[in-house]
Amino acid sequence: MDSSQLLGLTTFAYLFAAVIYIALFGFKAPRIGPVATWATIAAFLINTAGIGMRWVESHQMGIGYAPLSNMYESLVFFAWSIAIFYLGLEYKYKNRFLGAFAMPFAALAMILAEMKNPAITPLVPALQSNWLIAHVVTCFIGYAAFAVASGFGVVYLLKNREQSKDTAGNLLAQLPPLKTIGDIIYKTLVFGFLWLSAGIITGAVWANSAWGTYWSWDPKETWSLITWFIYAAAIHFHLTKGWAGPRMSWFAIIGFASVMFTYYGVNYVLSGLHSYG
Amino acid sequence: MTTQKKNPFWALFSSVKLALFLLFILAATSIIGTVVQQNKPPQFYVEVYGPNLARLMQTLSIPDMYNSWWFMILLALFSLNLIVCSLERIPNAWRLVTMDNLATAPERLQKMGMRKAVPVQGTVSESVEKTASFLADKGWKTDRRDLENGTLLFSQKGGWTRFGVYVVHSSILIILLGAIIGSPRLANSLLGNPLFAFKGGVNIPETQQTDVIYSFLTQKPLPLGFTVRCDSFDIHYYPNGMVKDYVSILTVLENGQEVLTKKVVVNEPLIYNGITFYQSSYQPYQDFILTVKSEETGLTTTDLVPYAKQVTWKEGGARFGIINMERRGEAVSRFKIWFTDDQGEPAKFWLQPGRKAVIERPSGTYTLSAKQLYATGLQVAKDPGVWWVYIGCGLMLVGLVIAFFMSHRKIWALIREEDGKVTVLFAGSANKNKLGFEKTFTDLVEGME
Repeated sequence: MDSSQLLGLTTFAYLFAAVIYIALFGFKAPRIGPVATWATIAAFLINTAGIGMRWVESHQMGIGYAPLSNMYESLVFFAWSIAIFYLGLEYKYKNRFLGAFAMPFAALAMILAEMKNPAITPLVPALQSNWLIAHVVTCFIGYAAFAVASGFGVVYLLKNREQSKDTAGNLLAQLPPLKTIGDIIYKTLVFGFLWLSAGIITGAVWANSAWGTYWSWDPKETWSLITWFIYAAAIHFHLTKGWAGPRMSWFAIIGFASVMFTYYGVNYVLSGLHSYG
Repeated sequence: MTTQKKNPFWALFSSVKLALFLLFILAATSIIGTVVQQNKPPQFYVEVYGPNLARLMQTLSIPDMYNSWWFMILLALFSLNLIVCSLERIPNAWRLVTMDNLATAPERLQKMGMRKAVPVQGTVSESVEKTASFLADKGWKTDRRDLENGTLLFSQKGGWTRFGVYVVHSSILIILLGAIIGSPRLANSLLGNPLFAFKGGVNIPETQQTDVIYSFLTQKPLPLGFTVRCDSFDIHYYPNGMVKDYVSILTVLENGQEVLTKKVVVNEPLIYNGITFYQSSYQPYQDFILTVKSEETGLTTTDLVPYAKQVTWKEGGARFGIINMERRGEAVSRFKIWFTDDQGEPAKFWLQPGRKAVIERPSGTYTLSAKQLYATGLQVAKDPGVWWVYIGCGLMLVGLVIAFFMSHRKIWALIREEDGKVTVLFAGSANKNKLGFEKTFTDLVEGME
């Protein structure tokens, strides 16, 4: 079995996990909860093995490198980060109903990855640096947190709307109270913000060691800064104006749209240096 | 700050509203430069956007917006806002850290969200000692004050973490300061010393040397104060034909003396005297570097040989040249060598770059190798502000961790006697992560019970 088969299996495993989470939420069936969690853990382990295998395969080809160098590999790592981040949250908050709004992101990332070319190709000279690992890992931990926060933002807004309509006994009543969801959203944004900052900083240090400029207003750099501004504004609104709940949820959604444009959109729409993913 | 009337300037710049507004404007305007390509020649904008829009863009410095006067003003306002906001709030933070918590009224303790009254055996003074040593065992060293009808113990941790947010704010200012110190524009216009900070480039053909580089800003030569020679430039390929490495061997010379030789590849620059040389491009020529060695005499020659030009090597008694070549892109994949020692028919054969050929001639054996001539393209930078930027980045991460993940936690224990019964009233507060501290607090109180 090679890495691309393992990662293909990962796609199905995340899809399966996501479907179970949606089912346990949609059919109010908490009994199948453990299945969802174990499916996610299994998918995460297969994903980990796939990444590890790809690393080994690149070494066997004599071009060993950490598999974080192109769109395919970064999407695979994105799915991995979302899964571990979500598992951590589930463990901490002991609630499985939020999985329906988090795990679909992992499945989606893997589906997008499957549409890319999975061939292992050697690193171009610019990517041959230890900063590659530091930069990609820090960025994607942040991205994963932002993805999960946006999913919870959606769920918050849905539940908030239903509550104001006062329709009792609906699906959303199974979810944790709005206050708890709002609290998770803010904490997740803060966590993501720290890692996004670290991602931008490691990118700047790397750019300086490869090109002699830590900041060149390349579209990807600029969009990462725009994203940083958005989340910085969200945090200040929360801390100084007490913004929480619905407004924070909108920030989580808009912020993640900016993250996705930084990560994905820039490569297709704008031209710049950062062409590898 | 509390009694005096604030002037409107201070009031404006100490407002968080302005900060949020500036964050929004900075984010929104930054988008422009990602959509409109930056630093293209004027003609580009006329072709893409038409003459009228292009003129408007030039007026607003859109083609170089991140260096424009209005973007600089935005950043300056942002910095000023950051400074004033922080100065406005630091005294309050200082007050919160240094305040006398033993003066907290018992009535307030009884209203705190986190509190628990525990009845105890023994006298007040015994209970004070017991509680104090219990808290000290758990890592909460207490201060105490005797009140009218009891004793108040107080302990706190992480007061300094209230300054984390100002560490983050300062880190942004330090980064911007670093950017100012390292700015080639300011070095050029404000200091009048373009050598203080610059970015530029130079192409050095193999075997050649230079003591100037060319500024990107002014296009003018800048003297390095030393000499850099390109000993060789090579492109290494992976088996599948992709480029693996661009490798320049550079030698630094001071007054004609070699001081340093270093291999430079894309992620490994040469740093000398605060000036950094980065591998950034290359330029192939239709010239070749040929090395011939006579095995009989041991004589060697290395010559720069233009295409289809004959070179005469008098000492070695031979003439040679390159009479044909095949190319893959701009790189020559093999070339045909013509070689004679003027005895018999000239030798003609194909050779690949980097390979050695052994030629048996009537006058003896010669070994020959050849490669295409390249110039290495180096980006050259001197940035005295970069360490400020790095220190700022480090401080930002440390500050963020402090500001978001560490909190100022306080514990009070009021021991008093009421109606002949001694109770310990525990109260606690934290400025962040209240849930986490509540758990610590509950565990602590349960331990006492």
